[in-house]
Amino acid sequence: MSILVNKETKVITQGITGATGLFHAQGARDYGTQMVGGVTPGKGGSSIDGFPVFDTVEQAREATGANASVIYVPPVGSADAIMEAVDAGIELVICITEGVPVLDMVKVKKYMEGKDCRLIGPNCPGIITPEECKIGIMPGYIHKKGPVGVVSRSGTLTYEAVWQLTSRDIGQTTCVGIGGDPVNGTSHLDVLKMFQDDPETEAVIMIGEIGGDAEEQAAAYIRDHMTKPVAAFIAGATAPAGKRMGHAGAIISGGKGDAASKKAFLRECGVSVADSPAEMAEALLEVWGK
Amino acid sequence: MNIHEYQAKAILRNFGVPVPEGHVVYNSNAARDWAKRLGEGPWAVKAQIHAGGRGKGGGVKIAKNADEVKRFARDMFGMNLVTHQTGPEGKTVKRVLIESGCDIADEFYLSFLVDRATDQVTLMASAEGGVNIEEVAAETPEKIFFEAVDPVVGLTAFQARKIAFKLGFDVPQVKQAVPLLTDLYRTFVACDCTLLEVNPLVITAKGKLICLDAKMNFDDNALFRHLRIRDLRDYDEEDPMEIEASQYDLSYIALDGNIGCMVNGAGLAMATMDIIKHYGGDPANFLDVGGGATIERVTEAFKLILSDDKVEGILINIFGGIMKCDVIATGVIEAAKQIGVEVPLVVRLEGTNVELGKKLLVESGLNIVSADGMGDAAQKIVAAVAGRAS
Repeated sequence: MSILVNKETKVITQGITGATGLFHAQGARDYGTQMVGGVTPGKGGSSIDGFPVFDTVEQAREATGANASVIYVPPVGSADAIMEAVDAGIELVICITEGVPVLDMVKVKKYMEGKDCRLIGPNCPGIITPEECKIGIMPGYIHKKGPVGVVSRSGTLTYEAVWQLTSRDIGQTTCVGIGGDPVNGTSHLDVLKMFQDDPETEAVIMIGEIGGDAEEQAAAYIRDHMTKPVAAFIAGATAPAGKRMGHAGAIISGGKGDAASKKAFLRECGVSVADSPAEMAEALLEVWGK
Repeated sequence: MNIHEYQAKAILRNFGVPVPEGHVVYNSNAARDWAKRLGEGPWAVKAQIHAGGRGKGGGVKIAKNADEVKRFARDMFGMNLVTHQTGPEGKTVKRVLIESGCDIADEFYLSFLVDRATDQVTLMASAEGGVNIEEVAAETPEKIFFEAVDPVVGLTAFQARKIAFKLGFDVPQVKQAVPLLTDLYRTFVACDCTLLEVNPLVITAKGKLICLDAKMNFDDNALFRHLRIRDLRDYDEEDPMEIEASQYDLSYIALDGNIGCMVNGAGLAMATMDIIKHYGGDPANFLDVGGGATIERVTEAFKLILSDDKVEGILINIFGGIMKCDVIATGVIEAAKQIGVEVPLVVRLEGTNVELGKKLLVESGLNIVSADGMGDAAQKIVAAVAGRAS
């Protein structure tokens, strides 16, 4: 098993005729993902590099049976693209786009209330179940099938953790990049619950950042409900207060959400915390007893 | 993006929010003349910098006559104003706001912000106005009231009334608070704010509500649809290197250390700063070249790092996903050829096209130390910089 995606997942790409959308659709197809088509309004009926193109998500879903969609639409149209996928009955929507206005996401969250759809992102690398399904921009070859779940707000820092695992011959069930924006679809907590319920996931690495209290909520859940070992790293220990470090979410305000307090609370909750980002896999091995 | 108080008040005035009459000036004679134009004294003379706590540093004065306005303004122009938000280096005052004064009967705190816990815009209010709200939140959190706003309906009149009654307003002030709060919310949404803060909101001796101070922050991701707001950016308030970086879509923040960093991805960039510190070094900057960086952007990023005199060594840490390692390598070589590198350079490459990237660096003939993994890279650059110093 795995969470959210597997070899049965059928994926369409919104924004497939753009350079980025096409490049990553091809990459995902090469990895073995069922990339069944794409959407670009006004280019329906054509095809691009073997991918059928549709005008609307609804048409694409009806024709292909897609149950997941990945969005590479520029920020100005990202929120609309997400809502279109939700409206079309897509179950899993993954928005890669960086730079979506936060008030657009506030509307999207409201729109999604009560609808049977999960959003990952925006501003995220995507999701991968190694050797089955890759949706997003991560390099596929660093991953390997195995028992560790990875969840992170960051893209490249996730690759770092995955590579540390794979280099030690430890594989992953699923790796989820939830994105660095303050308002996003899926939280650390949501993903931890899924990993806890997934029989194949034996241990979890969680990568957090300064700002907000998502890591604290996740830590409380780990303490109260999780039976699987968890290791964590919190990026931003050296970040100056009040500065935004690329991720809109990563900003310390009023002394809240700093790395030291997050790490301390995670440790209190029984999480193995790596002080150095080079030691994320080791921190997991320590608590996992492998 | 931040703007000045006088700019925020101009925007609020356009949305019908009550703010004092005032005018921004750039020299002290204009300060005196505008004071007379505004009418009877007293007047508030307020230094315009992008930081709070100006009053304590001598950046806000009340003048009783026009000559006093001129004198206070003259003292403020060119003054290095240090507050708890400017850092010890302070900020130079170049603009001063002259405003009609008012008799304050009571002070309150108001703000709208995006609450990431509820994913909604939230109104925050307190009767503890005119003070540092972070202190109120830490010491007496029960004195802060919240209303989350439904994005479809907007702030409703009943929500505004709930807040107004909680603040202890009398009926005449409650009646003023409803349009005031709904207009503030409209401003917040129309301008894509991330923060709209009024501290203090005052009740005057005559019972009128007025926003005596105002602070607006905007969502950088939404500036594409706000050309006029973008025009309000004051480059004097920003680090020149951060401005330069933003022209190439690089995310750069200057720090105090001596090890320059170039990294792809915000999370990895923060982690790279952390690991440098972990091994006893000190990062000179945060620099995220982004996912889809071109050779030109990498070259500019490298030049930017080298233009910082404090930099005594450079660490490049790239985990290529979209970003291909050969692009990074080519950009670094290009920049090094253009300007020369006289400090130690440690490069850690991993990910897409890593072999090609490493090959390019080796063949370039540049003096580059290559590293395996983040830990190795950080230790090597810290050692190299320490070696140079001794």
